[in-house]
Amino acid sequence: MKDRYDIIVVGAGPAGSTTAKTAASRGLDVLMIEKRQQIGDPVRCAEGVNKEYIRNFVRPDPAWISAEVKGSRIYAPNGKMVEMGEELSGVEVGYVLERKVFDRALAMEAAHAGAQVMVKTRASGLLTNNGYVTGIIAQHMGKSYDIKCDIVIGADGVESKIGRWAGIDTTIKPGGLCSCMQYLITDIDVDPDFCEFYLGNGIAPTGYIWVFPKGKNEANVGIGISGFLPKNQTVNDLLDDFVKKKYPKGKIIELIYGGVPACGTIERTVSNGLILVGDAARQSDPLTGGGIFNSIWAGDMAGKVAVKAIKSSDVSAEFLQEYERKWRAEIGKNIDTSLIVKNRFLTLSDDDMNTLADSLENMDLKTVSLLGLVWTLFKTNKKLLWDLRSIFKDIKEIKGVDFDDIENID
Amino acid sequence: MVINVNRYKCGYCGACVSVCPMGAIELIETWIVVDDTCNNCGICSRLCPVGALEVST
Repeated sequence: MKDRYDIIVVGAGPAGSTTAKTAASRGLDVLMIEKRQQIGDPVRCAEGVNKEYIRNFVRPDPAWISAEVKGSRIYAPNGKMVEMGEELSGVEVGYVLERKVFDRALAMEAAHAGAQVMVKTRASGLLTNNGYVTGIIAQHMGKSYDIKCDIVIGADGVESKIGRWAGIDTTIKPGGLCSCMQYLITDIDVDPDFCEFYLGNGIAPTGYIWVFPKGKNEANVGIGISGFLPKNQTVNDLLDDFVKKKYPKGKIIELIYGGVPACGTIERTVSNGLILVGDAARQSDPLTGGGIFNSIWAGDMAGKVAVKAIKSSDVSAEFLQEYERKWRAEIGKNIDTSLIVKNRFLTLSDDDMNTLADSLENMDLKTVSLLGLVWTLFKTNKKLLWDLRSIFKDIKEIKGVDFDDIENID
Repeated sequence: MVINVNRYKCGYCGACVSVCPMGAIELIETWIVVDDTCNNCGICSRLCPVGALEVST
């Protein structure tokens, strides 16, 4: 470890590793630290990701693909199934990953590009000078080190402290955090071609249960809830209820917990000498909870802007605004849309959800995107979903959807 | 410290850290620490997936 780098990346998840790789491959001197001993472990993720999107940044490797699915099936409270596929089921469908291998592969790519990686190394504070972040205080094996740099990249996940230390309010308000738990269950019958989602205020109030195949006989079965449960109930209890009924003979071989930011975009993600990416920047999708692709996409943007800033000898918040503008224009816009949809769906009763599922009867949704599905629902259930009309005002086309009557929604 | 972490239940996911309005919680490697800025609001205990956080009364 040296006492100075061009950039220091805190956290070696998909956001951090992508930023480190992007910056190192363009000639920057990069240190990436990870507080855990093992990158990618423990997993805190349902592991679904859109394969078309991810291919833009990472070459697919069978080593980290557990399953490749054709689409998703959403089950309304009354059991009515809505099948979406095959092209665009939203950001979280396509590959079901093996995150332990995937995260390590991304970190290795960063290392191959020239970044130095240090595990079991934690940031405990920031170095600052004249209103600029100028490095980190790192803890490694019981010793403290001051390490300087031009830009600190906060990729330290849902439990991020980097932003707060720099004066950015990253606190997730109640209702904005999706509280999750998941089992990996084996010896069960699963359809390896589909990710499944189960809705209903009885099984998963203010959230949903997912079943993501990891093979023919294994699946990640998890639950995410974004509201408060009664005091004597946890997501653990709800997941156990579902699993006992659905997979009474299944064998649980892994248990994971996680918190997913589902709060929508935060006020700012840059400061003088500092950039936040991934869950630390609250860039996960509020509706699906998917964050892998957004993290990689934002990491790529952050790495490129960091290179430009350091080459221009200007790491001010003003210069780093380029990152802020770029991710908000694309990732941020999707997040804003998802938040509107999430907020409406949170308040739907089981009867409402059944009505919506019934309205899709006999519709071909094979090539419909998530937004397309929302549009289709909106068109046939305007009274119920009137709050969603603002989403469609600025949109000119949605793939796979007849959009001629968009002018008539007012 | 007024929040008790049951470390036999805790899965060190960090959900509690993200919702703490005081920034009083930190996930250090595999354990949670709560500093004395904790104001006993209890939000973390309501969002813990497994109920590992308890507000002491």
